[in-house]
Amino acid sequence: MYGNDFAPPEDGPGGGLLGEVEAAEAALREAAARARRGGPAPDEDFAAYFADVIDADQKIEPRDWMPEAYRKTLIRQIAQHAHSEIIGMQPEGNWISRAPSLKRKAILLAKVQDEAGHGLYLYAAAETLGVSRDELVELLIDGRQKYSSIFNYPTLTWADVGAIGWLVDGAAIVNQVPLCRCSYGPYARAMIRVCKEESFHQRQGYEILHTLAHGTPEQKAMAQDAVDRWWYPSLAMFGPPDGDSTHSAQSMAWKIKRFSNDELRQRFVDMCVQQAEILGLTIPDPDLRWNEQRQAHDYTQPDYDELMQVIKGNGPCNRERMEHRRRAHSDGAWVREAAAAYAAKQRNKEKVAA
Amino acid sequence: MSTDHSPLWEVFVRARRGLSHTHVGSLHAPDAELALRNARDLYTRRQEGVSIWVVPASAITASSPDEKDAFFDPAADKVYRHPTFYEVPDGVAHL
Repeated sequence: MYGNDFAPPEDGPGGGLLGEVEAAEAALREAAARARRGGPAPDEDFAAYFADVIDADQKIEPRDWMPEAYRKTLIRQIAQHAHSEIIGMQPEGNWISRAPSLKRKAILLAKVQDEAGHGLYLYAAAETLGVSRDELVELLIDGRQKYSSIFNYPTLTWADVGAIGWLVDGAAIVNQVPLCRCSYGPYARAMIRVCKEESFHQRQGYEILHTLAHGTPEQKAMAQDAVDRWWYPSLAMFGPPDGDSTHSAQSMAWKIKRFSNDELRQRFVDMCVQQAEILGLTIPDPDLRWNEQRQAHDYTQPDYDELMQVIKGNGPCNRERMEHRRRAHSDGAWVREAAAAYAAKQRNKEKVAA
Repeated sequence: MSTDHSPLWEVFVRARRGLSHTHVGSLHAPDAELALRNARDLYTRRQEGVSIWVVPASAITASSPDEKDAFFDPAADKVYRHPTFYEVPDGVAHL
């Protein structure tokens, strides 16, 4: 149990997704309980055993043999995900000191602390694949590994904190819920934990927007402006369209990824339409409409050229985010050194005593 | 935060009284005391536990799943260790 801050699954926005997280958790237990019958033995044909485990929807664990490309793909994906959580603390951290009330401030602090936690669960999952934490931190700081482009957009008003919770965390949840069923055990388990906590994030964002949208005309306009700015970048979070996605097919075969970028994007749009209606805010897409034939909404695609530009480092805040991360790392060096020196001193004392 | 100065710790949490400690994940810390504090902040932000153990990851000796069959073989042919192995005559109570 994760405390009692979660309402039952059918209650309110994101509820259905929380139910899916629980289903994934149950499936993980069920698959673990189900004995694999027959098939190649783990010590005979490594590749055949690996394929058989994946095929049986069971989990690959850290000490199992795995293809080198599977290991590399997972390290890249989990590390980028971890970096995103850490960099993602910045746009919201920007508003902690200016939150409109003590309650909002306490909630935002807890949320940003959760993001740090998510980053750490994920770094720990990546480390089980044989890469060290130091290497991962270096890769981010040197700019050799990426983080999600969404965090390169600025948070200009308090309403942006709401829009990030509703749209950015909402898109992240749609992306991440299927990862709870990923074939790599430590990643799947970390994602179950992350998704349960993200659900609080999405709801707090939705509540901020709902409050603003039902406040003064100025507050409502501020909420609408935030939604206008965050809508398309949120759609771009699902990555390039399926035709241009380079990693998808192999990741699907390995059951790292379960749905294509476009499928998930569609799902997100379909969810948001009704939620926007209840907010009383407009999704900034004049061509958004229900398509009876497809049983889904038609919508305008985000600007993928802009996405590519932001990925390349030319978004509004890329430099600022990286500078801040580097500064935080170097400013914290003395703390790490002091803690290490203290630990060494204590070890020496023990040796002398012994 | 070099890995030498801040080694890896495995974290075990007892969710409630009456349950055993369960592995929840890992973290880096320079010593046991900080590992405990970090574990509290990282793994029990929502009252997930009433007790935490931290163990240096380097102190754990693991059997590898790769050796699964050979290592656990001795148990496979001893079905008589399970109560279901035995035939119970009709009418026997409290057995």
